[in-house]
Amino acid sequence: MSKQKFTEQQLEDQELITKFLKDTTLFLGPDPEIMRDHSIMPRTQNEADCLEKYTDLNQIASIRDRLQSACEEGFEMVEQMGAAPGAKWGDIITGIYSASGDLTVGSASGVLIFSALVHHPIKFIIKNWIEEKTVGVREGDGFIHNDSRYGNVHNTDQSMILPVFHEGQLVCWVASTVHEGENGAIEPGGMPSMAETSFDEGLKMSPFKVVENYEIKKDLLTFLQNSVREPKLQYEDMKVKLFACMRLEQRIKEVFATDGPDALTACLRQTNESVVTEVRRRISEWPDMTVRTHVIMDSTLRENVLMKMNLTLKKKGDRLIFNFEGSSPEITNRAINTQLPGMKGMVGQAFMNHIWPDLPRGQAGLSHIEFETTPGSFVDCSYSAPNSQSLMSIFQAFTVAQHATAKMLYSCPDKYTRVLAPWHNMINTFIWGGVNQHGETLGNLCADLNGMGGGARMDRDGEHSLAPIFATMADIGEQELNEEEVPFLQLVSKKMTTNTQAPGKYRGGMGYTQIAATKDSDQWGFMTTSVGSKTPTIQGLFGGYAAGTIPLCKVADVDVYDVMLTKPEQFKHSIPEIMNEQPFDNATYSTHHLGLGFDISKRGELYMISQGSGGGYGDLLERDPAMVIQDIEESLITADWARKLYKVVFNEDTLAVDEKATQQLRDDYREQRKKQGVPYDEFVKKYVKDTPPKDIPFYGSWNGENDMVYCGNNEKRDAKNPGPIYMTNPKDVSIAELEEELAQVREQAGLEVKDKRK
Amino acid sequence: MKVLMTEYLRIDLDTENWECRVCDHVIGEARDNYKKGLLVYNRDPADIHPSIIDPTKYKFTFCPDKDWVNIYEFYCPCCGTQMEVEYTLPGHEPLYDMEMDVDALKAQWSERDELLEPTTGPNVMVDRHSHNH
Repeated sequence: MSKQKFTEQQLEDQELITKFLKDTTLFLGPDPEIMRDHSIMPRTQNEADCLEKYTDLNQIASIRDRLQSACEEGFEMVEQMGAAPGAKWGDIITGIYSASGDLTVGSASGVLIFSALVHHPIKFIIKNWIEEKTVGVREGDGFIHNDSRYGNVHNTDQSMILPVFHEGQLVCWVASTVHEGENGAIEPGGMPSMAETSFDEGLKMSPFKVVENYEIKKDLLTFLQNSVREPKLQYEDMKVKLFACMRLEQRIKEVFATDGPDALTACLRQTNESVVTEVRRRISEWPDMTVRTHVIMDSTLRENVLMKMNLTLKKKGDRLIFNFEGSSPEITNRAINTQLPGMKGMVGQAFMNHIWPDLPRGQAGLSHIEFETTPGSFVDCSYSAPNSQSLMSIFQAFTVAQHATAKMLYSCPDKYTRVLAPWHNMINTFIWGGVNQHGETLGNLCADLNGMGGGARMDRDGEHSLAPIFATMADIGEQELNEEEVPFLQLVSKKMTTNTQAPGKYRGGMGYTQIAATKDSDQWGFMTTSVGSKTPTIQGLFGGYAAGTIPLCKVADVDVYDVMLTKPEQFKHSIPEIMNEQPFDNATYSTHHLGLGFDISKRGELYMISQGSGGGYGDLLERDPAMVIQDIEESLITADWARKLYKVVFNEDTLAVDEKATQQLRDDYREQRKKQGVPYDEFVKKYVKDTPPKDIPFYGSWNGENDMVYCGNNEKRDAKNPGPIYMTNPKDVSIAELEEELAQVREQAGLEVKDKRK
Repeated sequence: MKVLMTEYLRIDLDTENWECRVCDHVIGEARDNYKKGLLVYNRDPADIHPSIIDPTKYKFTFCPDKDWVNIYEFYCPCCGTQMEVEYTLPGHEPLYDMEMDVDALKAQWSERDELLEPTTGPNVMVDRHSHNH
């Protein structure tokens, strides 16, 4: 077939149509061309020219160090001056981007995924606003953004983006992002579990200009303040981010003065390209293989269901492909879905934090890695699905990535970090809101989400409550400082929760107990937003176990502050003591899953949770008995627990280990394993089922058949096109159950059943 | 030559077999699922993660719900070492977690020296007792 030839007239017509369509676009929604591409942009002619001009790697390295230093300075500014609790504990970042929008340098501290996703809104600005006569991009402009559908984790994080010019020429971009918390959603604190549509999630800012001539536009600022519960915070942190960006701009202009803008352009491009080259080399060193893993999610935060996060990780040559087919379809009216870039960014953090932390913290580290997902799944959700609780799904993506890569890394002669078991992956903390003791309306959360237990490593235990999976260097804050602003106390905090360890030859780092009670406000409440009260959220590694599950425990109908004044001996400092001994007269004790919707609290009522443990590594029978005893001494585990699980014989008074008896007990237990274990084929025949459990709503593929996914209620759909799934409000479910029960009772009692019509 | 694949598994490139690193037991063909040569046990989650609050009083107790999650343990049939643990959906088949391209592995290690112990990567721990400033 011959190629169709167009006449000059036809080409002119086509150009006219294209211009007409561009000029009459009714809505500039998220652009798939931008949103589905995480790789660095192609080298521009200007970048090629600059690379040819500047070839001295020492000069490139020197400029990169200065840019890194500028990012650290910007980070410090935001951390010191930011008003959001997130800013104070390091839930922030600053970054420098190429003229095309690629993140090249991010601050060493902070949350890399924030910066790593801001390239999407910058590319949106480049594509749509530079030429747009009603907007434009000029020196001194600043753009604000928070909508994950244009590139973000979730809309509680807000970014400020500034272009940097040299003599009228755009050279690069700078940005600063903060987990602000409050954003005007239906629940305070910025991460509403109750959101059933994207319109319940509060401010949804596509990238727009909010700064001109380095000044925040007051009219737009007022609109934003009027849309959130913390107007002062909104203003203060917009200013802080702007000034951090201006400092970055100042440092970049100092580079212009010493080395020239072309040298800076060469530095940015050379850095990104060399990282891509190095990543390809490192991947080539891994064995060619396919690793399969999954983790289970037990909740949508509204109801308990089983959802699967499924990963097939394939490595061949210098290609590494993350395939998430078989994962749960999106739940169209639940907030736990994620936009595709959020999931990719989280996998990127697994690499930049735990696999290749020595590489420059930019976008290029992930650029070469490939992803395969099913649009409409909960890791690649539709535009209309809410995603304010995307952490629930992207953290599971982090875990399967961490688990799978560990199995590829072990054999490699060159490693850049220890092989380690999965980190704890849930934000077990209190989100809070209401009117504080000073009469101010607040909505935010406790820094304890940063206290996740670290995974055990191939040669040592995991660290306790070390850092969140999204930032290796973050803080868990000083609750005493927070208490100046919030009307509740953490009555127990930073005390490890005994017997919640993930066992192994090396155990996971453990999490701590948090017991909070409102004190000085009648208008205050808490939320908790985690999964993992029925099923563990991580896996162990190479024979190590995951940690157990974590509930929310509540004690109502008590004022514990009165108890402390009148009967202080009744107050206990651990969850088991309070829940098992029930020391408070006439109080109501209850447990719940960790998806607590916003709950108004009364003075002195207890809300009790624990951070989780990282995964264990290796066979627990190989654990050094001395390390078991040390854990007893540190109250991490009890003697009973140690004896039962680790098979260690010791004197309970002196804690002296009987080495010989321990060896015998462990040998005996290995023999017991050989008796209780059955050959693989026999096991499959006995335990493996053709379908998921019938009485539990399940979402995802079954037994590796990834072309079909279950969508709850034993319904199977085409995995490529699962369609929307809407869940009934749990309160409506309860009401329907109660109505049915009531009708039955009335019928049994011989009472008239009111109006049977459907 | 043998390649150390996990804490307890290695592949003998000459015989193309999975082997136990603890007792040298030959588990099975490296081109197949090593789990097929192991013993498997369906562990009650309560054995490993016992309730720390009273299960007769409370619904959620820090102990996983065994109707919602199973723990599959995989043992070497010769020495009883626990080589792998899998938290999974009740009734789900065990995962074929490590599917090797043995030919590629052979080619890759033809240019490397055999390692008898795994490398661990750089040590980033701070020596708290040094004064090297």
